[in-house]
Amino acid sequence: MTKIRCKTSKEIGGMGHSMKRKEDARFIQGKGNYVDDVKLPGMLYMDIVRSPYAYAKIKNINSEEALKVPGVVAVVTGRDLEKYNLHWMPTLMSDTQMVLPTDTVMYQAQEVAAVIATSRYAARDGKEAVMVDYEPMKPVIDAHKSLDADAPILRPDKEGKTDNHIWHWEAGDKEATDKVFNEADVVVKQDMYIPRIHVASIETCGCVANYNKVDNHLTMYMTTQAPHAIRTVIALVAGHVGLTEEKIRVISPDIGGGFGGKVPVYPGYVIAIAVSFLTGAPIKWIEDRTENLQADSFARDYHINVEMAGTKDGKIQATRFKVLADHGYTDASANPSKFPTGLFSIGTGSYDYNNAFMEADAVYTNKPPGGVAYRCSFRVTEAVHAIERITDRFAMEVGKDPAQLRMENFIKKEDFPWKSPTGWEYDSGDYHAGLKLAMDTVGYDDLRKEQLEKRAKGEWMGIGISTFTEIVGAGPSKDFDILGIKMFDSAEIRVHPTGKAIARFGTKSQGQGHETTYAQIVAEELGIPAEHIQVEEGDTDTAPYGLGTYASRSTPTAGAAAAMAARKLREKAKKIAAYLLEVSEEDLEWEPGKFFVKGAPEKVKTIQEIVFASYTNHPPGMEAGFEATHYYDPPNLTFPSGAYICVVDIDPETADIKVRRFVAIDDCGHIINPMIVQGQVHGGLTQGIAPAMYEELIYDEDGNILNGTLMDYLVPTAVESPNWETGHTITPSPHHPIGAKGVGESPTVGAPPAIANAIVDAVSHLGIKHLDIPITPFKLFKKLKEVGAIS
Amino acid sequence: MTMKKITVKLNGAEHSAEVEPRLLLVHLIRENLNATGTHIGCDTSNCGACTILLNGKSVKSCTVLAVQADGKEITTVEGLATAEGLHPLQEGFKENHGLHCGFCTPGMMLRAVELLENNPNPTEEEIRWGISGNLCRCTGYNNIVKAIQYAGAKIRGDELPSTEPEFV
Repeated sequence: MTKIRCKTSKEIGGMGHSMKRKEDARFIQGKGNYVDDVKLPGMLYMDIVRSPYAYAKIKNINSEEALKVPGVVAVVTGRDLEKYNLHWMPTLMSDTQMVLPTDTVMYQAQEVAAVIATSRYAARDGKEAVMVDYEPMKPVIDAHKSLDADAPILRPDKEGKTDNHIWHWEAGDKEATDKVFNEADVVVKQDMYIPRIHVASIETCGCVANYNKVDNHLTMYMTTQAPHAIRTVIALVAGHVGLTEEKIRVISPDIGGGFGGKVPVYPGYVIAIAVSFLTGAPIKWIEDRTENLQADSFARDYHINVEMAGTKDGKIQATRFKVLADHGYTDASANPSKFPTGLFSIGTGSYDYNNAFMEADAVYTNKPPGGVAYRCSFRVTEAVHAIERITDRFAMEVGKDPAQLRMENFIKKEDFPWKSPTGWEYDSGDYHAGLKLAMDTVGYDDLRKEQLEKRAKGEWMGIGISTFTEIVGAGPSKDFDILGIKMFDSAEIRVHPTGKAIARFGTKSQGQGHETTYAQIVAEELGIPAEHIQVEEGDTDTAPYGLGTYASRSTPTAGAAAAMAARKLREKAKKIAAYLLEVSEEDLEWEPGKFFVKGAPEKVKTIQEIVFASYTNHPPGMEAGFEATHYYDPPNLTFPSGAYICVVDIDPETADIKVRRFVAIDDCGHIINPMIVQGQVHGGLTQGIAPAMYEELIYDEDGNILNGTLMDYLVPTAVESPNWETGHTITPSPHHPIGAKGVGESPTVGAPPAIANAIVDAVSHLGIKHLDIPITPFKLFKKLKEVGAIS
Repeated sequence: MTMKKITVKLNGAEHSAEVEPRLLLVHLIRENLNATGTHIGCDTSNCGACTILLNGKSVKSCTVLAVQADGKEITTVEGLATAEGLHPLQEGFKENHGLHCGFCTPGMMLRAVELLENNPNPTEEEIRWGISGNLCRCTGYNNIVKAIQYAGAKIRGDELPSTEPEFV
């Protein structure tokens, strides 16, 4: 364990204090303000007619009966939007997506028409009364068959498209890697599928679009993780009808969980804006859970072939990855523009070797478009699952304990910054310390003894390890942009005459606790108590521009901006203190909350006195006031890491899987608020066990979703979720102003392979080498039967 | 559609409303009575975000018709705190970081009210099963369990458990 040292008093509440959250007061008293709580005079409600087919021609849409329903005001179709050229929109990956179709539906649950009515119930009645004639066609559902010669070409709207291939991507040195593989003692390979899953935040998506005809002004209340980027996107899409960017205000109110699912622009938002624009009435659209699961962006859906080459005594020498990515009918990924596979190339892992080659091909199918993160920094989870599973396969092949093999292959602490075979520069890490702490905490050696004793008695237990490297904090402007906008983020601090502050950011919390942690960063730098720093985000009229909160980027980017803006203010404070104390700046020393004269601590000015002077008695020639803004462009990403150990027990009769223990040691550099970091880890771990054991969106061959409600899409409850044991090591990021790294997604990335490795470890002596996630008791039962271990 | 007049007591105050017989109780609470602290997270009665107390029993208000609540008492999150201060569960959730986004929190707390009434000193396992009708996507449940244990201790008058994070 590395002890967390606080530089500030508890009263100031800077970094390292487990300050209770400032935002909680409203949430525990029912005074949060989520988008469905927004109610405006004259507001109309929108509901959406959706396709029952995965692939069909629309022959006719008959709205006659719907318009007779009391309260129904209008029915909007793709043909209506076509008149304004609003029936298609761009995706974040520069593909195109239908807002409403004019001719063809491309996946089950796709938006077909919108019903506008005076109440939620009337809109639903109207939706039921819209009659659509479809001519169903044979869909492409299996990604492996999408490139077959007889597969229909799904996107003939794209000029010159002769197949369903979207893009090809490569990283690493193919020739050098192939050479190592050809000469290696040992090569292991594994096909694996990382299934299509859904973020299922407890709040679904929705908006209230309020266009004011008199002022030609749109206020968009919207559950978005990236309000500023959304404002720009709206201006790009609707500028041609006069809605330019200064006429648009996006307000992202309290958000009931995001996890990446609230980054994209969904068709419902565009329809709501269009209808508000045409009618002048505020339009509320709140999707229900079934629509959310069936139509909003999915995550994952990567078919991966991974190979590892090494020596017979267990030295890793090279890896190869080949990916088939199923994007549904359009590439609506929420990735930085230049990264079609996101940051998948982190998949070389925490190990010291020089050769890797990765390639990926993406295809269209008749499934909902995506994908988004599911609490992951752009496809890192897929990559980490592959490397951590294949590392276990390699350990098994060479007959080495998986912990020992990892210890022997880790990049050493002193070798950072470390250049990875795919070109990343890992900033810092101490992988040996993390794994050692995890092993000591869980009692690794004793567990291995217990496992042997149990096997002798016919009882099955398994121990699974995952030692992952994450890559978060997108990102440096030389490489990272979304639709051309560089991925910086921002902070603006304004300190009032009495020494209390308001700080605004370009990010947007969805539960991460920004109102508390950002205040703590400013408190650390300025010595103003965090309690007196009010944090605001999510209103594009007041907050500085930023790219939003996802991919664990808030602390690496906006958190850094907070420290940098505060440091500008401290420089100003120093000048004012020197003026007030009539000494030169060099004679002053800082300790949190005050400047004093070196060697004469009684000659002191507190930050509050200094701020007051900036309004009442500022030095001649200096600008009055006490505010600063900083747009932070990170020099590199941050590379948090973790060592996770999972212990499972398996019932030899039913194949029921019980997670007995799970120890998670995370390293996210300097910790701003230990309570919040630990809470983020707990939550991420439950979102790690979810895809490892429970969640998968399943489609039949006609493209019908088989588990599109929360009744059968299994989000873990408190019973499935074990008691998580957490801990940390601290390896500061050398380039981040406060030495912090992102953390919110590490556990979701690191947990699935630890669980999968534990389950496979429990049954490896029976000849089982791999199981795809989610590993359900039924899947395991079938496999055990196949190998003859269960009758 | 025929409307029906109903009278409910919401957090101690009586309200009458003309409602469609099909109106869900959660919509009565949120839209007719403007108490938006109760949330909607699904359409299959799985998530429990809409949990309230109906005559003291926790129910999912998306699975009850407003007309079924006629003449009954409803307690929502807005009715938990008193003039003396926060309810022990509200305090427990805040002190133990039992919430992140806050969307499931009102339902989770209302469910826990009844759980602690029936079982003032529940084990961890009893708490986990007791809240298994309520989904949380953010917290991983560890701190919700702690929050309910804390509230139990407070209600019983026992010494309060530590709220420091248990970091190795």
